[in-house]
Amino acid sequence: MTRESFVNLALLTALVAVPLWAWVAGEPFTITLATRAVIFALAAVGLNLALGLGGMVSFGHAVFFGLGGYSMGILAHHAQNFLPLYDGLIVIEGTKSMPVIWLVAIVVSALAALLIGLLSLRTSGVYFIMITLAFGQMFYYFAISWRAYGGEDGLSIWVRNDFPGLNTLAPIQFYGLCFALLLAALWLSARIARSSFGLVLNAARQVPGRVETVGLDGQRAKLVAFVISGAITGLAGALFADLNRFVSPTMFSWHMSGELIVFIILGGAARLFGPVAGAVLFVAMEHVLGDLWDHWHILLGALLLVIVLFARGGLIGLLAGKARNHD
Amino acid sequence: MTKPVLEVRGLSKRFGALVVSDGIDLSLRAGEIHAVIGPNGAGKTTLIAEICGGLAPDAGSVHLNGRDVTGLPIRARAKMGLARTFQISALAMEDTVLQNALLGALGAAGRPWRFFRPVLSDRSLRVVAEAALDRVGLSHKAAARTAELSHGERRQLEVAVALTLTPTAFVMDEPMAGLGTEGGARMTALLGTLKHEAPILLVEHDMDAVFALADRISVLAGGRVIASGPPDAIRADAAVREAYLGDEA
Repeated sequence: MTRESFVNLALLTALVAVPLWAWVAGEPFTITLATRAVIFALAAVGLNLALGLGGMVSFGHAVFFGLGGYSMGILAHHAQNFLPLYDGLIVIEGTKSMPVIWLVAIVVSALAALLIGLLSLRTSGVYFIMITLAFGQMFYYFAISWRAYGGEDGLSIWVRNDFPGLNTLAPIQFYGLCFALLLAALWLSARIARSSFGLVLNAARQVPGRVETVGLDGQRAKLVAFVISGAITGLAGALFADLNRFVSPTMFSWHMSGELIVFIILGGAARLFGPVAGAVLFVAMEHVLGDLWDHWHILLGALLLVIVLFARGGLIGLLAGKARNHD
Repeated sequence: MTKPVLEVRGLSKRFGALVVSDGIDLSLRAGEIHAVIGPNGAGKTTLIAEICGGLAPDAGSVHLNGRDVTGLPIRARAKMGLARTFQISALAMEDTVLQNALLGALGAAGRPWRFFRPVLSDRSLRVVAEAALDRVGLSHKAAARTAELSHGERRQLEVAVALTLTPTAFVMDEPMAGLGTEGGARMTALLGTLKHEAPILLVEHDMDAVFALADRISVLAGGRVIASGPPDAIRADAAVREAYLGDEA
């Protein structure tokens, strides 16, 4: 076992042990914090496919997070108010079923990622960052002006949505769901990184010219990665909305896009567990330091500076040493 | 005379007032090394880009195995076996040597859309990649990170990646660049055997290598082919001496 997989395993163990302890000790707030961390981690695992593996620095991934959130919000809003979502030739009802909501969140985010990717991938570098940011702002202002779904105030959902066989209102059970989805996304990322597609994507990031000269389409590989990435972040958005039982335009804001990037840098870019470590560290800091000092973001900023200057591998890099090639 | 594998007819390209390709005719026949030499700025890099598809010519055409490929993108030409090596190694430095070779094999096999199966467990790809590494003498470095290779080994890997495409023709942009005496000799020996698998269009500055290897030489100056023929004829050509070789030859 390499040192990195040991660190990864330790992280996973903590993500199992701490909520279990909180459950036994009757500390539901700790479970909620852990759930928040795990959902952020899932969103960042999604982003890391684009950013870490594909080298696409998307400053607009809040679009997918928000679309996932609004997918949940709109469907549940209609269901709780007994208003059909669409009443024409056929009637489409809202739903309180998590699996259906997740599917909608994934499909909607993937479609949005396809459109945004098609346009944004015509650029690269700083222009790519700026165009994805612009898309993020478009969605943000659209959500603010969308009166039907709460506009600036957002939408409140009274009861958490259902999952067959589970009581999702019990914090530990909802946590279990989110954790299972995180594991699935990590598994998917690990498979993709080692696959043929991963090899092409990896090379498209490092030497785009080479990929073309061996007869492969690097741009299309990047687009596909961007779509998968958006879909995973969208799923995380649906979970985040369900955790808070609330959606608002802030899920679309550029702060959110920035935070997702921060998770990855904190934890270690292009490391499988980097986004997980980063999200956990972020939520822990937010909670512990945020309690002590309102301006804790200053400390976060200082930490980011230190990491960017001295520890490019982030937290995982610090603990596990240099990245090893996956073979 | 056999039909040329690669043929360039009347290729012209200008950037504003600057004529970089001026009615270039070239052919590459099976089993030969055709070297293209010329002073800096003669239009060699532009020529390679036009042949491989990175740059569209204003006029003229490029034919591969008798088929007009002038309008085809880089990818399509690569799939037809036009294997290019770069002057400055274009390799995925973070990846292993084997992974770089696998990328070529993947392109040749045309199946990059596999998301779950580990690429390293794909036997048929590995056979191609490992054979190519073996051919250039890099088998022992297969597991090494490409960034850890010496400059000479990177040049060898460039050739190995091209080999994975089962080429119909090689287009090599200064494969000797930066190689020492020993590395240069090794590369010269390698190219000498490779030409029997697929002919090589060799753009090269190293005159020793060119005159040792080439079956034919074309001299490019100011975007035009000013001389073309067997090495001895080129060495004796007065215009070439003036344009390029100076007193060296």
